[in-house]
Amino acid sequence: MAKKNTTTDSTPSISTRLKERDARTSKKILDLAEEMVKRILGGDDPIIQIPTRAKSNTLWNKKRGILEMGSATAARPLFDLKTAKQFMQTMLHSNTISELIAAGKTSSLRGVFYKAKHTVAGTRENTFDGQDESDPILEDLEVALGALREELHVFAENRGSMVGNITIVDRGDEINCRKMGSGGYALPSIVEPDIIQFKKCEAKFILHVEKGTVWNRFNEDRFWEKHNCILTHGAGQPPRGCRRLLQRMTEELKLPLICVLDCDPWGHYIYSVIKQGSISLAFESSRLAIPQAKFLGIRAKDFRECNLDDAVKIDLTENDIKRAGEIAAYPWFEHHKGWQREIGGLLKNGFKMEVESLITKDISYVTDTYVPERLKARDWID
Amino acid sequence: MSSAAKEVKRRGSNAEEMGARQRDISVSEFFAKNRHLLGFDNPRKALLTTVKEAVDNSLDACEEGGILPEIAVVIEDLQPDRAATVKSSRYRVTIVDNGPGIVRKQVENIFGRLLYGSKFHRLKMSRGQQGIGISAAGMYGLITTGRPMTIVTRPKATAKAHRIELAMNTKTNRAEVIADDETNDFPPERLRAVTLGARALASEKGFLDAIEFPTGTSVSIELEGRYQRGRGSVDEFLELTAIANPHAKFVFVPPSRESANEEDDVPLVTQGAASAASSAKRTSETHGVLIYPRGVEELPRETQEIQPHPKGIELGILLQMIKDYEATEKGSLYSFLQERFCRVSPVTAAAMCKKIGVTTRTRAADIEPSVAEKLFKEFEVAKLAPPPTDCLAPIGVRQMLAGMLKGVRAEFYAASSREAAVYRGRPFQIEAAIAFGGDLPCEESARVIRFANRVPLLFQQSACSSFKAIAETAWKNYGLQQPRGNVPTGPLVVMIHMASVWVPFTSESKEAIADYDEIRKEMKLALMECGRKLGTYLRKRMKMKRENDRRDVFERYIGEIAKALHQITGHSPKPIYDSLLIQARTKTAIADVELDEDGKVRKAIAPDPDDDDDGVIIIEGAIPSLPTQPVRTSAPMEFEEVAPMKKPAAPRKKSPADAVHTKSAPKPKTDAPRTSAKPQKRSVADTPSLF
Repeated sequence: MAKKNTTTDSTPSISTRLKERDARTSKKILDLAEEMVKRILGGDDPIIQIPTRAKSNTLWNKKRGILEMGSATAARPLFDLKTAKQFMQTMLHSNTISELIAAGKTSSLRGVFYKAKHTVAGTRENTFDGQDESDPILEDLEVALGALREELHVFAENRGSMVGNITIVDRGDEINCRKMGSGGYALPSIVEPDIIQFKKCEAKFILHVEKGTVWNRFNEDRFWEKHNCILTHGAGQPPRGCRRLLQRMTEELKLPLICVLDCDPWGHYIYSVIKQGSISLAFESSRLAIPQAKFLGIRAKDFRECNLDDAVKIDLTENDIKRAGEIAAYPWFEHHKGWQREIGGLLKNGFKMEVESLITKDISYVTDTYVPERLKARDWID
Repeated sequence: MSSAAKEVKRRGSNAEEMGARQRDISVSEFFAKNRHLLGFDNPRKALLTTVKEAVDNSLDACEEGGILPEIAVVIEDLQPDRAATVKSSRYRVTIVDNGPGIVRKQVENIFGRLLYGSKFHRLKMSRGQQGIGISAAGMYGLITTGRPMTIVTRPKATAKAHRIELAMNTKTNRAEVIADDETNDFPPERLRAVTLGARALASEKGFLDAIEFPTGTSVSIELEGRYQRGRGSVDEFLELTAIANPHAKFVFVPPSRESANEEDDVPLVTQGAASAASSAKRTSETHGVLIYPRGVEELPRETQEIQPHPKGIELGILLQMIKDYEATEKGSLYSFLQERFCRVSPVTAAAMCKKIGVTTRTRAADIEPSVAEKLFKEFEVAKLAPPPTDCLAPIGVRQMLAGMLKGVRAEFYAASSREAAVYRGRPFQIEAAIAFGGDLPCEESARVIRFANRVPLLFQQSACSSFKAIAETAWKNYGLQQPRGNVPTGPLVVMIHMASVWVPFTSESKEAIADYDEIRKEMKLALMECGRKLGTYLRKRMKMKRENDRRDVFERYIGEIAKALHQITGHSPKPIYDSLLIQARTKTAIADVELDEDGKVRKAIAPDPDDDDDGVIIIEGAIPSLPTQPVRTSAPMEFEEVAPMKKPAAPRKKSPADAVHTKSAPKPKTDAPRTSAKPQKRSVADTPSLF
């Protein structure tokens, strides 16, 4: 568990701010619980109102270019078979969070799950059957309380890496991202300004790739050095920490973000989430979405343009085709000619291509030729 | 062919020699050699068939005499000291009934002749048909043991009984009387002390008292047989007969030991019934003697004899009928048609005569075979009313339910009786009943019990029309599982009864009903009606169970919720818990009355006194044996009894412990160890130990 007391850079203001923040969060939880007790003792139906985290309650803010959460809430009554257990779980997690804050500790998502998991008194049923039941309840609490995950003292696993021409400060430790060896700087799940500050940055843009294997190729070829950039990956669908850090760098350091993702509906979806935000975390879009992100590749046309071998083709499954249709219908893609052409091209091709497929040309084709050429030609989709 | 001719030559037989060997075959002799045709294939089946034929005769006799049947079946093991490995033994089978008895001069004919009886020549619903049953059993006994059969019969309550020993001469098809005397020993005194159980029964409740048997008949046959319980046994036969004949009482005294087992016993539906001594109308066992009590106190409807229907006749039979008519009546074809057939009115008869080109005065004797054939064709196209149905005596919905209830331990019973229908000009009526749940095995295929004219059919199930009808019925629609082309799986007993003036069996041993489309269709319709009732019940039960689960779910979570809220806010958990519990109760109480399938609120579900007429009986106490009930080790708080979920018309008294909802009765103590194993950081001194 991360300690709050840092040796060097902790200023009184930060710790005071944190204490105030915790007091606010505690108050919110207490208010929720008191309200519930009042209802119960008054003989009213115990119901929690949870803002709806579903597509139906997601609004596309065209002006800002991000997804936003609407105002709809869903009642979660105890006396309904569908929601009874969730109600109980929400109460348990409220208590867990309240305990974490009171103790001044933070916990991983998995830790919170274990903390609240036990057998329901008098039965053989578990309060939580798995972490997949626990995580959404925490997200519900985030929106219900209007508190972010870190305010609830909960963090996710580190995921994603970063190297490049930048120096940052992480909980007071100075990190030179130019000297991170082959592994890179592991992206923590909480990257708020009170934890991470940017110190010195020469990089001119950020190159975000889909996964670690591709990132390794770029890092090994010292791509970030040659092209003066920051190189990140998010291990597939980038987690909140990774997205928040990218968003902060684009916002605070005014760096453009270029994405190199697979040519398949999954890759397109990752791009969409980075750019506009996701449905389930729409309430955090203003902190996470990067409307200016650009999609460099892999493009549907690349099979022909790069003269790739037939062996790189991966057939589209029925599910892929369905998914591609859904993505093409997203309001932010629906009227975007470039994207309609791109998804149309994918469907016309009838096959997917991974970034790694470029290796069939040459091991370093992607770093030596593909990305530099496209960057130079500014050949990307916005 | 040429080599065959050579062989004939070499053997040297000629037509004359062969002719000398050709002679009449006595029917008795034929059956002595082909006894499997009559159900005497093996010792075990022979024992069963003997009991079956005698019981069938007794029931028919009682009903015809207007007497509520009381029948005792006693099987004595005559070689009780035989080695354990010996597969069969010698038994004496005695069946005693309280029927009208048999007049002395008919005894030889009834028991000593094959193909003699009152039932073959008429179209009337009765158990026996051909008149070969009991005499064949006597013959089998004679062949295997050399012992004659003994008949004691008292046709007049005031006179002495006749005691006759009969041995059948297989060559002449005539019985030989070995002993013939008069006695007052009826019912035979000896039987009351034949086993320990019989002795105990006789002294405790009475067994074969002369008062109960003022008239009646006792038949004893010694035979080589094998007594073993399970499928196709005497026990099963009596059990099923009792189901189909709820107006009859049976007492069965089995032999003191079973024959060496060859196969595992198949559980009977009555297993576990022995403990049900409290309910009067169920089968019970005392000291090894099985008593199948009377379920209803009225006899089946008296059946009428009918003339054949023109649609059900064959050409050869028509010719024979015309011949018979000219021999006895010498009347016109016009009157022949009216007298010898049902549903032929003078107008119809005249129209038929006209159609085939004869007048109403043409004598039957003058009808040429070619004209008869025309008449036969005319029969096929003529528009005729279906045969009358008062010749049928169905068991009846209420009686079937009583019979099923008596013999099958289930939670749900349904029965349905179809209207009479016609196959090949013969009226018939199909009835079906089902029993579901309770103690019936869940994983096995449904048990099918089949009856024809109230006689259970124990063999050749898959060759029977009823089996096909069950397999063709879509039981999945009624909430049951069903492998393709098979009977459904689950805790289910399906009963099918066919009542007809002539049941079309596939063979003389009367084991399966022939597969006529008309019959199968009626069977399916009857089954569907029962199935619908079951489906409705199962849906209702599912709903009840859901509400039960719901109550359960709420109540199990509120403890957790009270605890969490206590820890966040510091409020005492007890009032929170209690308040939530009251709410949970209120919510599920509302759900309890919402049993109506359309979601309409039914205020109260009072026991429906007419439930029997709906053809449904539900035994509430049997429901908790459902495997799907949630396991509940304890409940967090004590709570008092809540209102019952539903009070169906349970025919027997139920104790509160029997009721559905008490399954979740709380045991508050078991919660303590868990709480102590996980100590709380906060002080919980002021809260109940539970939290």
